[in-house]
Amino acid sequence: MVQVPRTATDTGESPSMTTTWAEAPAMTNIRVSVGEDLPRRRDSAPPDGGPAKLQTIGLSVRYGNVVALRDISMDIAADRVTAIIGPSGCGKSTLLRCFNRMNDLVPDALVEGKLLFNGEDLYAPGVDPTEIRFRIGMVFQRPNPFPKSVYDNVAFGLRINGFKGNMDDMVQNALERAALWDEVKDRLKKGGLTLSGGQQQRLCIARALAIEPEVILMDEPCSALDPIATLAIEDLIRSLAGTYTIIIVTHNMQQAARVSDETAFLTAGPDQGGYLVEHGNTRQIFTNPRDERTEAYITGRFG
Amino acid sequence: MRVRSGLDRQLQMLEDEVLMMGGMVEKSIARAVDALSRRDLEESEQVIKEDDLIDRKRFDIEERCIDLIATQQPMATDLRILIAMLHITVELERMGDYAEGIARISLLMGEEATLKPLIDIPRMAEKAQGMLHKALDAMVNRDTVSAQQVCSEDDDVDDLYDQIYRELLLFMIEDPKTIRRATYLLWVSHDLERIADRATNIAERVIYLVTGKMEETGASKY
Repeated sequence: MVQVPRTATDTGESPSMTTTWAEAPAMTNIRVSVGEDLPRRRDSAPPDGGPAKLQTIGLSVRYGNVVALRDISMDIAADRVTAIIGPSGCGKSTLLRCFNRMNDLVPDALVEGKLLFNGEDLYAPGVDPTEIRFRIGMVFQRPNPFPKSVYDNVAFGLRINGFKGNMDDMVQNALERAALWDEVKDRLKKGGLTLSGGQQQRLCIARALAIEPEVILMDEPCSALDPIATLAIEDLIRSLAGTYTIIIVTHNMQQAARVSDETAFLTAGPDQGGYLVEHGNTRQIFTNPRDERTEAYITGRFG
Repeated sequence: MRVRSGLDRQLQMLEDEVLMMGGMVEKSIARAVDALSRRDLEESEQVIKEDDLIDRKRFDIEERCIDLIATQQPMATDLRILIAMLHITVELERMGDYAEGIARISLLMGEEATLKPLIDIPRMAEKAQGMLHKALDAMVNRDTVSAQQVCSEDDDVDDLYDQIYRELLLFMIEDPKTIRRATYLLWVSHDLERIADRATNIAERVIYLVTGKMEETGASKY
């Protein structure tokens, strides 16, 4: 059996560099076991109440023999920002990629347990992963605009969707929501790759927003950006909260504390895969965590 | 290797500084009341002068806290320690000011004898000083139970304050010529009452440090 890297970050590149999510074929060799009789966990409600947009119930992921995630049960609150933090190799990115079935693209990936999106089983037979990826968008570690114009980058998903309305309006609107419009309105026909790193990342966010997703997944969206561009993206994330459900994986604890409403801390034991230690209100996690493992991690004494 | 042993060491040093400042304040309270009752004006002057050292210490500690917050991005317990130390050091500085206030009253009284031999005031001072000592011990031992006890001891100080007030009132009613001297002693007992209140504030910060909970432990009478 071929062992695949556990997370995209382990290889230093994101899978989207070669395959865009919209073009990604649904892998047919993925084995999905749907745990019909798994009890609904009591502790999985969003910490601050409110409806859950995404729910995992006893979610485990294996890549071949390697257990990447073990028995994760948590609810992701709708229209809020949830940060996922934890040491390298704890399965943060794996978890994130379960939410829009990006792991389907990884051979040998086995997803067990349940993952509900708006209460519907995301892994049920008949669910089209491509359709899911339109509703649950993703922004990666490194900005990955297509080698096309700024305009075409944003219009890309809409065109694939067969959008027939006023494309100019849609592009402008998405760029405005991504706080990029003012900077690029005079060079919409220039290549997306001519923008600065921070602008490219906002372009990728505009591209994700253009197709009106319900959820935006962000895998360390600022790790390749300078501090100013990072703060710009953080401001943007806050402005999108309330409208979109955002899940952000980050190694930067201050960033998690700044941008998120809720924080989930994952860790991994040797050969055990990652598991959820604590999920709560961000303020509580960073000022008074309940679990001593969370305390040790966020105070920099472990991980 | 233990990560962040540098931060651990700096936090320990910070706490030691706060303890040292607490010791200075305790001493200042005791000396101020002792000088008042012995009518030792030189000693009262000394208490006033040495309050500058307490003030300086407070700024040192505050700057140290700010540096650690700016450079270490403390979280969770580390953050709570820093915030608690900031608050405690402000409370201590203020307690030092009350001790200085007592020394100033002593100077105001000049060569005059106290209205009466001091009994309850030294008792009150001892009690308030004991509360401060206990609050700082609770801080060192992360002991919320004794922090809670400090807060309930404040009632005893309030009772003594009541008692002193009633007694002084009687003096003033019987002989209006005593009003000035009685008022001096009333001010002193008021300063001591405030000192005890601030000891309970410190105890509350200790509870915050340990549990993350911020709450008033019980309404003080004054």
